[in-house]
Amino acid sequence: MAWANCLLLLATARMSLSPVDLVIIVLYFCLVLGLGWYLRRFTNTGDEFFMAGREMTAWIAGLSFISANLGSLEMMGYAAATYQYGILVGHAYWIGAIPAILFLALVMMPFYYICKTHSVPGYLKLRYGEGARSLSAVSFALMTILMSGINMYSMAIIMKVILGWDIHFSIWVSSLTVALYVMAGGLLSAIFNEVLQFFLIWIGCLVIPVVGLIETGGWAGMIHRIQTNFPGEDFTHMWRTTATFAGNPMGVHWTGIVFGWGLAISFGYWTTDFLVVQRVMAAKDLRSAELGTVIGAFFKMLVPLIVILPGLLALAVLPIHLVPESLAGQPNVHTYNEALPLMLARYCGPGLLGLGVTALVAGFMSGMAGNVTAFTTVWTYDIYKPFIRKQASDAHYVSMGRWCSLVGVFISIGTAYLVMNFSSIIVYAQVIFVFFIVPMFGTVILGMLWKRTTPAAGFWGLLAGILTSFGLWAWVKLDPTALKYIAFSPDAKDMAENVYRAMWSLIANFGVTILVSLVTKPKPDHELKGLVYGLTEVPSEGKIPFFRRPLTWAAVVGAGFVALNVIFW
Amino acid sequence: MHEHSISVWFFIGLILVVYGLLILGTGIYELFVPLANPVVMAHLHIGIWWGAGMLFFGLVYLVRFRPKRQQNRFTAVGGIHGKA
Repeated sequence: MAWANCLLLLATARMSLSPVDLVIIVLYFCLVLGLGWYLRRFTNTGDEFFMAGREMTAWIAGLSFISANLGSLEMMGYAAATYQYGILVGHAYWIGAIPAILFLALVMMPFYYICKTHSVPGYLKLRYGEGARSLSAVSFALMTILMSGINMYSMAIIMKVILGWDIHFSIWVSSLTVALYVMAGGLLSAIFNEVLQFFLIWIGCLVIPVVGLIETGGWAGMIHRIQTNFPGEDFTHMWRTTATFAGNPMGVHWTGIVFGWGLAISFGYWTTDFLVVQRVMAAKDLRSAELGTVIGAFFKMLVPLIVILPGLLALAVLPIHLVPESLAGQPNVHTYNEALPLMLARYCGPGLLGLGVTALVAGFMSGMAGNVTAFTTVWTYDIYKPFIRKQASDAHYVSMGRWCSLVGVFISIGTAYLVMNFSSIIVYAQVIFVFFIVPMFGTVILGMLWKRTTPAAGFWGLLAGILTSFGLWAWVKLDPTALKYIAFSPDAKDMAENVYRAMWSLIANFGVTILVSLVTKPKPDHELKGLVYGLTEVPSEGKIPFFRRPLTWAAVVGAGFVALNVIFW
Repeated sequence: MHEHSISVWFFIGLILVVYGLLILGTGIYELFVPLANPVVMAHLHIGIWWGAGMLFFGLVYLVRFRPKRQQNRFTAVGGIHGKA
């Protein structure tokens, strides 16, 4: 009976919600809007609206840090990519995240925190001057509204598959809700809601792996079913299949995973993407900022439970094979991006289905709010204030931030449809990251660690990285055979191409930055205090027990990271 | 900024309690009135277990972080920013 029901569900591509599901969803919308309205009274100054007053504790900052990343893109996109590429996608959570997050916590956070900047482009202004700041601010603002489009599209997919709602209706209702609560309470409201969303996402999505593993008879049973459904393909090893390009579904070599994904993309995203960094910069002190980041790393390491595992379970239990987005629209066909919603509908009855839909909506909102608050801050402090209106009252900039939240949402709605041209949502996201964020990492890290890096090098290195990334992408678009030069293999899939392009982009950034630095004049040491390693005095943590030190917990997370890679080798 | 406020954990406890009651109640109802088209693995009655768990943890948070008089965001246990 249950199987028949599942087949019926797949055929009709939607599931009707019961009254209790609707009550759960409506209550969620009421709560987030109510919280935004309640918190409005606490966000009157610029520091309060844009940086949440810099008063967050480690737990709040850490959960918000990871929740802003855990958008619907994260959940649906990586579940879809897992269905397509297998457990290899889990590298995004382990080697593609943990080393970079720990590096942010222990090495980079002191510089961000001590210089008290409002944003990452703001740091580049202090370190390099107006040129690098302007370029990074404009590219970052562009990236955030493009990324918002991904979140909106993800949301619309959920509503289409599960509820059968009109795609436009879904986009407008959800986006305007985010716009309203961010307009009201700024970063404080976003962080507050992200912590709430963190809990709902986990509770709502954890149903799938728990029930799924019971259905398949555990991990071994799941692997057996996958091998039966997809004979000859290895979807369940993280490293064993990466000795050759053709040996795994992604068409990637381990060098691409380590240097492209683990270094370029990962360090670019986690250490310089202001969307996530902004959350921990809002911590009440440096130790809380560092500890919050480590807490974020711990939960990031566990996220595969609710995104990768459902993707693997979909390979094991779904009675049909999902297809790329390019084949969407054909009768009785479901795409990779529908893997998670289909699994949700498979196991969740009334009540739990409402909770699961709420979890995905919460994921959308946390990701969307992350983009909107980061865009608002960068626009106001790094574009509007220096170039459009230098002298204005604090209240004027807060007002600009509130309206910018709304305008940012409207602009990003227009980008949602771009996503449909990519085979998997997450691939689109990586294309954008590689364009803008990876080069920014090279510029930031050289500026922090090498005092010889000059203002001119900061600008030209950043520009070279962006142009390299864009140029390589355009080259493959115009001539697909170029893939064998960029990704070292004609078998490379979209995701593999992205990781190699990231590697080239970072190499170009490093090369140009170092070369230009060697032939131009650096800033004097006294102008680099608080900005560069070796010239910055990091405040002592004082006498605190070892178990409260960020370094201790970073070591624990690092050990867990190594163990997981060995277990799933 | 020094206004009185409610802990973020209290709101989390509140939503967990409300959702827990709804899901637990629905799960118990389905024990007596099974669905015409049950989901896969419906015999586990996962809604009952999930709802009960949410209700329990929600109550713990609700009681632990309930608003108290004369607290502000800086001194309250868990204040607006929670407890580190």
